[in-house]
Amino acid sequence: MTTVDAFSTDPADAVPHTPAPDRLNGSSPRTPGAELPEHPEFLWSNPDPQKAYDVVVIGGGGHGLATAHYLAKNHGITNVAVLEKGWLAGGNTARNTTLIRSNYLWDESAAIYEHSLKLWEGLEDDLGYPILFSQRGVLNLAHTLQDVRDSVRRVEANVLNGVDAEWLEPDEVRKVCPIVNTSTDIRYPVLGATYQPRAGIAKHDYVAWGFARRVDEAGIDIIQDCEVTGFVRDGNRVTGVRTTRGDIACGKVALAAAGSTSVLTDMLGLRVPIQSHPLQALVSELLEPVHPTIVMSNAVHVYVSQAHKGELVMGAGVDAYNGYGQRGAFHIIERQMAAAVELFPVFARAHLLRTWGGIVDTTPDASPIVGRTPYDNVFLNCGWGTGGFKATPGVGWVFADTIANDEPHPYAAPFSLDRFVTGRLVDEHGAAAVAH
Amino acid sequence: MQMIRCPWCGPREEVEFHYGGQAHVPYPAEPAALSDEEWAHYVFFRDNTRGAFAERWSHSAGCRRWFNALRDTVSYRFLAVYRPGDPRPVLDQTPTAGASS
Repeated sequence: MTTVDAFSTDPADAVPHTPAPDRLNGSSPRTPGAELPEHPEFLWSNPDPQKAYDVVVIGGGGHGLATAHYLAKNHGITNVAVLEKGWLAGGNTARNTTLIRSNYLWDESAAIYEHSLKLWEGLEDDLGYPILFSQRGVLNLAHTLQDVRDSVRRVEANVLNGVDAEWLEPDEVRKVCPIVNTSTDIRYPVLGATYQPRAGIAKHDYVAWGFARRVDEAGIDIIQDCEVTGFVRDGNRVTGVRTTRGDIACGKVALAAAGSTSVLTDMLGLRVPIQSHPLQALVSELLEPVHPTIVMSNAVHVYVSQAHKGELVMGAGVDAYNGYGQRGAFHIIERQMAAAVELFPVFARAHLLRTWGGIVDTTPDASPIVGRTPYDNVFLNCGWGTGGFKATPGVGWVFADTIANDEPHPYAAPFSLDRFVTGRLVDEHGAAAVAH
Repeated sequence: MQMIRCPWCGPREEVEFHYGGQAHVPYPAEPAALSDEEWAHYVFFRDNTRGAFAERWSHSAGCRRWFNALRDTVSYRFLAVYRPGDPRPVLDQTPTAGASS
């Protein structure tokens, strides 16, 4: 057997080397199609931070960008900076499974998520940018009698709140999504499902880029690679933000940092009841269109849709321990795949292409925290846990209103920080569809 | 899979363990004296440290005993394990993974 040792110094092993043609020489032939096109139009500029802003938004993900967008659009506030410690929308915005729905149980949740869904329905026009929003519906499967009761109750609650919702029997589930295993001889048979036809998916990068483009057009500074390292406090006010790119004075501060919120609130000496956990997702290789909707299952712990390109996109529950590492344990992926194959036998031969993790900020009642803080001019948006993407335009709207008016928007009011003291929790563990 | 060293059983696979959140959270000495805010902090608020975090673990598929661990929440690496009642160990050096971005 002959092998070539790549590290051999023996001249006999040397691979003949042909010099490459001089590509810089205009007269030499070019490989057709190999020229790089002109760089496309930049969607936003990358200014250096100014010395002061009326509002400093911390977090350049979907929520921070949407907040900046509606500050400009709805309130005419444009002396704003969006600070991002990494790159634009590189955190949870880039790592989620892009599911959009509003079929939550409680009135407070239905109000804010439905507000968001209505904004999604007009977002492409608002942003003037394609976001590939595809309303393909979501099935939330019920596998036990208790699941069925809870699901029917949630459908009724949704209908009362003006959220489109139906209860489907197993044969109707099969019509909506033929590849779901509805046979009765599996460990967790499908006893039915709730169906929200207006639910859907969108292209997360395009959403972020669309918002960033509009924000930049409005004259707002998006400042990437700018990590907040401290705050300048004056009594009950924060007068400045210390960053890796210098100190920035501010009229108001809006936190939209999701899984990293506690790092910021610790600097402020402010306690928030969130725990950061890794949440993983994965995609398969590109496949023909086989999955026409979104399927979620609480009991077997998986949610699946098929992206426009053709990958099956799946997620599950969080890793149990607290973590900031943007990765999770592989045995979680293994369980998730087992659940997916149980529900969709057709996936058995699909290959796992890629897995990744984001850091989600979970709260004790699986509902977000949006509103004021004990500081006069610091506003808090966090705790969206595993479900923040769907809220992007809705919370941007509501949070901007809260910041502009110094009082919680009616949709934000139930999600105040002090609900953990008053005990008026918004317990969405059931309707969150996959446990936090 | 990460191996976790149970203080009684030795190193076992991560799936044998159950997470119990922040360690060293004492039950209020005088529960009746607590204000609503203090109760809220006892019930709902826990540290969410980025870096070395003292937390409770149970070897639920083994000896079923609880223990405490110091773990880096960025690298997920266990820095120390110790039995309940023991004080939080002092590390020779703070982990670097949690200190920077």
